[in-house]
Amino acid sequence: MANPLKCDLCDKPATVHLTQIVSSKVHKVDLCEACAQAKGVTDPSGFSLSDLLLKASLTPESSSGALRCESCGYTQLDFKKHGRFGCPACYDTFKGMLDPMLDGMHKGITHSGKVPQTALARKFLHEKLSKLELDLTDAIKSERYEEAARTRDEISQVKQAANQPPPR
Amino acid sequence: MTIASLIATPSELTDAASNKTAIVLMTRIRLARNLAGRPFSGWATPAQRAKIAETCSAAVAAALPIKRNLSVSVSELGELEKQILVERHLISRELSGSKQGSAVIISKDQTVSVMVNEEDHLRIQVLRAGFQLKKSWNIINDLDTSLESSLDFAFSPTLGYLTACPTNLGTGMRASAMMHLPALVIASQMEKVVRAVNQLGMVVRGLFGEGSDASGSIFQISNQTTLGESEEAILKRLTSVLQSIIEHELNAREKLLEADAGKLFDKVGRAFGILQNSHLLNSSEAMNLLSLIRLGIDLGAFPDANRSTIDRLFIEAQPGHLQHAQKGEFDPGQRDLLRAAHLRSEFANFVRPDFSLINSEMN
Repeated sequence: MANPLKCDLCDKPATVHLTQIVSSKVHKVDLCEACAQAKGVTDPSGFSLSDLLLKASLTPESSSGALRCESCGYTQLDFKKHGRFGCPACYDTFKGMLDPMLDGMHKGITHSGKVPQTALARKFLHEKLSKLELDLTDAIKSERYEEAARTRDEISQVKQAANQPPPR
Repeated sequence: MTIASLIATPSELTDAASNKTAIVLMTRIRLARNLAGRPFSGWATPAQRAKIAETCSAAVAAALPIKRNLSVSVSELGELEKQILVERHLISRELSGSKQGSAVIISKDQTVSVMVNEEDHLRIQVLRAGFQLKKSWNIINDLDTSLESSLDFAFSPTLGYLTACPTNLGTGMRASAMMHLPALVIASQMEKVVRAVNQLGMVVRGLFGEGSDASGSIFQISNQTTLGESEEAILKRLTSVLQSIIEHELNAREKLLEADAGKLFDKVGRAFGILQNSHLLNSSEAMNLLSLIRLGIDLGAFPDANRSTIDRLFIEAQPGHLQHAQKGEFDPGQRDLLRAAHLRSEFANFVRPDFSLINSEMN
């Protein structure tokens, strides 16, 4: 136990440990005091809402028509009516309803075809860059200049890689 | 390039026929793609649709420059022009009836078309005459990769390309072949073939006419599933199904010749007579007659060179093409007159069938 658990949302040490069993799957969440407060974990009435949403996505029968995509406003009822989704995020929102459907619809339930390498590489670099820039500000703020210099070098390297033509 | 000059340009489908295209008239592959973080076209607001169209059209223009290709929004197209593009398989019926913000980009040789804001943000299609699944895949794969360099597609590592309809999920790929199967139809074996093909995870549809009406004995065979298999695996499976259908069709032709060659020759000969002399032909009858002539060509009763004429007439006998050629809109009765007149003039100079050239040993 040399490494104390870190909060799942920020990097502070976690003091609130939550274990949930939903549909015989174990979900573990470790949070720091502040994040637990912010997410309403310590407030029983506030927490029941996210609990409900999680359950709903796993067992669709219990909440037929109640699911709503946060990203585009599409509802389960809309899907039943049109047989189409509202946006890419609907695939997460309606996962519980979708999974059993896919099984009968397709040859398998996992993609094994083409992957948009260029776009994914671009996304990866972009995310890496944002993280490094955050690190840099952090390092400068706390006057860790050696680390800041290293991070700055890394940022310019990543930027250079991003500007190169994508591999074909 | 304008729509008028595109319509006047010979299309891949009508002018590339050779004996390689004897049974598989055409191969088509389409990919469904969507931009990440945007609502699908059917759920997007008009403003979002416009934005999606702008982003997609700009990316497509980089691959298919507007100067040398047709790029047009659906609202700019007339009803007849849309119908012609549908008949040439360059746009879908759904796109032709769609709202503001839909567009299509078509390559000059009409082998590539990209629909914007159909059911998905992008429907990329490659169409080649004959049995060319591999070549079509290489072309469409390269085009898709080049679009990916400027567009972020909605993609999940587990579910693949995310599409408006879960039936297109994964590869987003629908590969199909348009097949001419007159002997299987004459021998009443199509139902058996359809069942067998369905069991192999492929779908059979009649191509012309409404719904699954298979006038002209032309069928479209395509993959049903898109998730759980790679593109190559789907194409391999489709290829082997197509090859086996070709074999069955050739066997059926041989059997028809063996059993009663006279009956088969009579069908072809009568079709020729009607095409040369009739004054009223609806689209379905015209397709069936042309189909018999095409069978006659495959059997050797007419020169091979005439096959591309028949494939052109298959398209020109469709209502949109017919009305466009006559520069007007006509009701179905008038169209039947015009269709018969057009086919009469085409067949006036057509070589007469010579059935003595047919031997029952087919290749």
